[in-house]
Amino acid sequence: MNLHQSVLQGDRLALARLLTEIENDSAAGQQALNELFKNTGKAHLIGVTGAPGTGKSSLVNQLALHFRNPTNGDAARRVAVVAVDPTSPFTGGAVLGDRVRMRELSGDDGVFIRSMATRGSLGGLAAATAGLVQALDAAGYEIIFIETVGAGQTEVDIAKLAHTTLVVNVPGLGDDVQAIKAGILEIADILVLNKADRPGVEAAERALLGMLKLGHPTKRTIMHHGQAQTVESTDAEISGDMWIPPIRRTVATDGKGIPELAEAIAGHRLHLEKTGDWKLRDRARLESEVETLLQQSLVSRWRENVNAKKYEAMLEQLLARELSPRQAVAAMLNGDTAQ
Amino acid sequence: MPEKKIRVLVAKPGLDGHDRGAKVIARALRDAGMEVIYTGLRQTPEMIAEAALQEDVDAVGLSILSGAHMALVPRVVELLRKNGQDKVRVFVGGIIPDEDAPKLRELGVAGIYGPGSLTQKIIDDIRNSVRQAA
Ligand SMILES: Nc1nc2c(ncn2[C@@H]2O[C@H](COP(=O)(O)OP(=O)(O)OP(=O)(O)O)[C@@H](O)[C@H]2O)c(=O)[nH]1
Ligand SMILES: [Mg+2]
Repeated sequence: MNLHQSVLQGDRLALARLLTEIENDSAAGQQALNELFKNTGKAHLIGVTGAPGTGKSSLVNQLALHFRNPTNGDAARRVAVVAVDPTSPFTGGAVLGDRVRMRELSGDDGVFIRSMATRGSLGGLAAATAGLVQALDAAGYEIIFIETVGAGQTEVDIAKLAHTTLVVNVPGLGDDVQAIKAGILEIADILVLNKADRPGVEAAERALLGMLKLGHPTKRTIMHHGQAQTVESTDAEISGDMWIPPIRRTVATDGKGIPELAEAIAGHRLHLEKTGDWKLRDRARLESEVETLLQQSLVSRWRENVNAKKYEAMLEQLLARELSPRQAVAAMLNGDTAQ
Repeated sequence: MPEKKIRVLVAKPGLDGHDRGAKVIARALRDAGMEVIYTGLRQTPEMIAEAALQEDVDAVGLSILSGAHMALVPRVVELLRKNGQDKVRVFVGGIIPDEDAPKLRELGVAGIYGPGSLTQKIIDDIRNSVRQAA
């Protein structure tokens, strides 16, 4: 049986092996993904990001438990987790420790957890993550969490994969707002204030609300913990369809606030469906995936077909200022350096 | 295409308290360029085998200080086989009495390391056995 057929039949070892092939960008992995693609597009992809140690893994653990055993009468959903941790730039190795906080999920066939190291390039990581998620989606996991650390461009790229992105903050860091500033607030669909059992929750929540006000220049009254909060407007013309990221307090170590957070996630999904954003995000994601692949393929096709001597000669011309870089590219596209 | 990374699960089965040794090994393997999936304390053989499967690892490293190795290790090996992961190599670190070592090796344990073992030896053994299994 082919790898992709085994995966569709629920073979977990086949799925695990496919994920490895995808990570290694092997021909077998690419082929299986081609076959499986028609089975994708069903899962709700939830990004979970935030500074190190803010409780992302603990939150994923709690949310997964919640979706496996919903308290509100919903059907249990199959849940997968892709937990991304950085590769050491010096050794190429990595310690992937997110499973430590997810031990309560073991023994449940409706859950699949996979740890992943960032390995090489940025583009490569985003592509590999997208591939892993597609495989899990095709295998029938209905909710897929993608946990990433920090606030860098990598996380922003990976967050673009997700339908719903949770940005996790904790009280007491005061200047933790720094981490949020680095463009990360724009990717937040829901702001989680975890470790709400710690002092400084009020101040942290005020800081987050302040940031929201800057980031969302529209007047909206949002209900929060039973209190109405007004977010000031600077542009009254923005339509009422806009999603204002809600703030949810949680204690991931004991599960406090998790049902409310799950509700906000469901609410965001509904919003995406209602406004047509679900489809738009899907479209944008696929378009950017195709664009990346196209670039890679065009470049590698060009490389296969290049004459080393002619290429060398062209570089010399560049160095001698006889050709500008643009002219060089035009010449190459013209076939001047081809075999 | 990137070279195939060696993926190792490092687990601490049994009920005894701390995981310092397991963490030291995890870091040493990372520094040797491996991807280490670290699962933490109090893992049952079932949890270890399940994680090894989901993570599609090449090797499993067990740190056992409690003296329960003769109960835990055979079970892990058995579950790995049952799941179709016969090629996954198992390494055991901790306090293993000399008379138990041959029994564990008979089960297919690829390496046994007492206190004071050189981490470089462990790294080399994992590399070699993974290469052979491939
Ligand atoms: N007091 C308190 N501690 C928490 C809470 N949530 C998580 N923790 C603790 O915070 C520490 C880090 O939790 P993780 O879930 O590993 O955090 P993380 O963001 O996944 O960490 P990295 O993946 O290493 O960035 C652990 O010791 C948790 O037990 C919480 O709500 N309150
Ligand atoms: Mg984590």
